[in-house]
Amino acid sequence: MTIATDHRSTPEPAGGTARPSIASYIYQRETREIIFQVVLVVAIVAFFYMIISNAAANLRARNIASGFGFLKNVAGFDISQTWIEYSNVASYGRAFMVGLWNTVILSAIGIVATTILGFTIGIARLSSNWLIAKLAAVYVEIVRNCPLLLQMFLWYFAVLKQLPEPLSRVDGVVKSTSYALPGGALLNTRGLFVPKPEWLPGAGYVLLALIAAIVGVIVLARWAKARQLATGQPFPVMWTALALVVGLPLIVYLLLGRPLQFEYPVLGRFNLSGGMVMLPEFVAVLLGLVFYTASYIAEIVRAGIVGVSKGQKEAAMAMGLSKGQTLRLVVVPQAMRIIIPPLTSNYLNLTKNSSLGGAIGYPDMTQVAGTINNQTGQAIESILMLMAVYLTISLLTSGFMNWFNKRMALVER
Amino acid sequence: MKHTMKLGLAAALAIAGATATASAQAPKTLDTVKQRGSLNCGVGTGLAGFGQPDDKGAWTGLDVDFCRAIAAAVFNDPQKVTFKPLSAKERFTALQSGEIDVLARNSTWTISRDSSLGLAFVATNYYDGQGFMVKKSLNVKSAKELKGASVCVQTGTTTELNLADFFRSNKLDYKPVVFEKNDEVVAAYDANRCDAFTTDASGLYAERLRMKNPDENIVLPEIISKEPLAPAVRQGDSQWFTIVRWVHFAMLNAEELGVTQKNVDEMLASANPDVKRMLGKEGEFGKGIGLENDWVVRIVKAVGNYGESYERNVGSGSRLKIDRGLNKQWSQGGLQYAPPIR
Repeated sequence: MTIATDHRSTPEPAGGTARPSIASYIYQRETREIIFQVVLVVAIVAFFYMIISNAAANLRARNIASGFGFLKNVAGFDISQTWIEYSNVASYGRAFMVGLWNTVILSAIGIVATTILGFTIGIARLSSNWLIAKLAAVYVEIVRNCPLLLQMFLWYFAVLKQLPEPLSRVDGVVKSTSYALPGGALLNTRGLFVPKPEWLPGAGYVLLALIAAIVGVIVLARWAKARQLATGQPFPVMWTALALVVGLPLIVYLLLGRPLQFEYPVLGRFNLSGGMVMLPEFVAVLLGLVFYTASYIAEIVRAGIVGVSKGQKEAAMAMGLSKGQTLRLVVVPQAMRIIIPPLTSNYLNLTKNSSLGGAIGYPDMTQVAGTINNQTGQAIESILMLMAVYLTISLLTSGFMNWFNKRMALVER
Repeated sequence: MKHTMKLGLAAALAIAGATATASAQAPKTLDTVKQRGSLNCGVGTGLAGFGQPDDKGAWTGLDVDFCRAIAAAVFNDPQKVTFKPLSAKERFTALQSGEIDVLARNSTWTISRDSSLGLAFVATNYYDGQGFMVKKSLNVKSAKELKGASVCVQTGTTTELNLADFFRSNKLDYKPVVFEKNDEVVAAYDANRCDAFTTDASGLYAERLRMKNPDENIVLPEIISKEPLAPAVRQGDSQWFTIVRWVHFAMLNAEELGVTQKNVDEMLASANPDVKRMLGKEGEFGKGIGLENDWVVRIVKAVGNYGESYERNVGSGSRLKIDRGLNKQWSQGGLQYAPPIR
């Protein structure tokens, strides 16, 4: 054993009796390992070099422009939903950013909503109430077995298109036909129009009050936990926190004489104008993504909860914890360890599936990049940009979830 | 260190080898088409009058006829065409990548498409312009009254850009609603998602027929752009470019000289030297562009001359009933003008 190790790791001294031949050098395990690795690296480098240079040569031969210079050119087209400043005289790069934001915001809202819905349905499926459990099961089986694109079409064409037109004209008299919702919001085929808040001077204090309330809640929660650990007396953190977060800013708001006013949507020649609008395309994509992904999350949650051994629950009950406490303090924390890794995959899926939005006219990143590709003809560049951005978003999401997973795993005793 | 050097050397060798293989000559399109035995023709996903499968699945339309004419000229069989339906977004990539041999899909000829896309537009086979369609009930008489309107439009088109320009130059605001496929644009307009629908005027007339109530929609008088719709091929194959371009000119020349699908056999006996040259009785003009000398006879027998194809697909013989307008022969006051065959 020792001899063999020596033979492998240290070369023979120069004055040895037998000079090592090339053959024996090659037959050394270390040498072979290096050779294989070199061959592999060379093959990979050569492969990528070949496809890149081949593409470049073909583009040149066909007189197709290449490079990323086009991003500075004027885009010339409009986008229906923009979270950042954009007009048709902005650049292609700017248009891409608009699409990026549309994807990020859609995914972020979608992830939060689908988590809430998925957990609710997952827990409902385990309910001892027969009807609730069966309804949840039916939901899961129907929704996860229909293609997502089809569901988006359904939301867009079958559901949202049943809404009324913004206005009707009878003998030249224009009348609003939107559904009026509480708070001055209006709903019609052109979207959900809500009053737009406009901050007046002094509104900053309301925000400050909100931040103070949140800090207060954190401090309170720590104090309550410490007290409970020390004395065993629980404190109603939930309700106090709610009262603080809602009440404090509200009091400041009223004291300052309501430093906020709303711009209400009004009827124009064709559409409602003013206010904030949530496009029907956005709503349809969001609903499609949320309901579809929630059906998977529900199953993951169910698996996680079922995966916690029965003895844990019984032990908690035996210690006198209530049903809610058992779930919250014993079952869920352990179930989370099973839930988080597949949950991450579903968050990533949701983000990537948002690219289907283009099919029903939602200007997500894929759709905008497709338009850019079409107007400039720079297919390879557009696709590369898309891939790089989706990869970055996905890596960030999974990085965060891995961190969260580690944190949850530490709870183990 | 030593390993790194070895690795670098090997990589450099591999790179040198790869470069050598990268610069292989692309084969000629005509040879590829002949070898394959059919023409790959990129058409729209369904636009009445230009390219649409009928109830038996057979493609018809002005652009479809053009592809059949090429197939007739090459194979003497107008059926040897594989039609590839493409959305506006996919069309140029499909041509660039060689998936199709010719793109005949009501595409507008512009300088940027001629330059940066590596395409070559052969000749305008339909002179068009962009218009707007609205519901009659809106009581709109001009596109300039569309301030604040939602407008449905297809993505990746010149239409989308003209729309933005029109509203910008008239200092009006509007709300674009953009879809990838023409069908979705029409469906959304018909479902009242938009107040107006914009595309080339020919497209407006074609799509109006598909609305729930065609008569409730009107096309506004403004034509806001020039849209010379032209078939395109890849750059760098001048033989194929010439063939495709002259197929269009042959159809125009046939109309000008009065050669029709019906009388083409009689015209073979014509004494008119122009007709004799065109139909291959005199000269070697077909061979000159890489085809047979009776290439025009084949084309006219298969799809007729330009006028016949026009009337059958979009003109008086069709449901669209679009006036020839700019697409009349130059001698009739239109813009269609073919160089002579001689």
